[in-house]
Amino acid sequence: MEKILFYCFAAILLFAATMVITVRNPVRAALFLVLAFFTSAAIWLMLEAEFLAITLVLVYVGAVLVLFMFVVMMLDIDTSSLKEGFSRYLPLGLFVAVLIVLELIAVLGAANFGLEQFPAPEASTESNTKVLGRLLYTVYVYPFEIASVILTVAIVAAIMLTLRPHKRKTQDPAQQVKVRSKDRVRLVKMASEKRQDGKSS
Amino acid sequence: MIALSDYLIVAAILFSLSVAGIFLNRKNIIILLMCIELMLLAVNLNFIAFSHYAGDAAGQVFVFFILTVAAAEAAIGLAILVVLFRNLSTINVDDLNRLKG
Repeated sequence: MEKILFYCFAAILLFAATMVITVRNPVRAALFLVLAFFTSAAIWLMLEAEFLAITLVLVYVGAVLVLFMFVVMMLDIDTSSLKEGFSRYLPLGLFVAVLIVLELIAVLGAANFGLEQFPAPEASTESNTKVLGRLLYTVYVYPFEIASVILTVAIVAAIMLTLRPHKRKTQDPAQQVKVRSKDRVRLVKMASEKRQDGKSS
Repeated sequence: MIALSDYLIVAAILFSLSVAGIFLNRKNIIILLMCIELMLLAVNLNFIAFSHYAGDAAGQVFVFFILTVAAAEAAIGLAILVVLFRNLSTINVDDLNRLKG
């Protein structure tokens, strides 16, 4: 049963990945990417990584892929010209891909990483989230802090990149502080003039 | 039972598919970014499979960090893409020859 489930998920994952790289429309590619992430979350569940599987769905499908969809739909892209070299590079791409697969299978096949070398572990009784949390907040607390700094830097960078500074009404605090009263109000000293009858009302 | 090698081979095929995707869609930056995400997914699958079969949760912590960095990378990459499209009105890689490199 478990084996059938694994092969189903693996087939769906590879099918979705194939569609991502072959479909013409970027919107469809993003949707197939959603499918790929969902099925790999299911495979992660089979590997007892429950916390990360849920995180993958929440962070990737919920945030990153929505961002992808947003950008794909916001930009008016001419898709026909972008697919020009597809058939020209197909043989080379397939050749390289098949070569990589054969090399990796030769190294990672059942002879080196089979059930004899790595027997299937018993199902753990402890909560996966608890184990991860204990590791994250003790051994890996410093990298954890750095990860949060990286996210902050990413926010600042993304906002600064897409910000358009001109054309917007902004206040410059330096100019506001520098201002003196004589820049705003000009007091003019002049002799008083006599009232001229008839001309002024 | 499912062996560790099954997971590793699925991840290897996924990785090589995304390498092939970079070859095939070398004009469209959006698809290139998606292929990079797929590559990171394959790497994460390897990490989690090893973590499960070796009984060490440190691999899952690394996947956590990879997810963080990948999210930051996707956000900045898409921001650069938006700025690029705003300036050049194209995302074709062949048109990005301002630097004459």
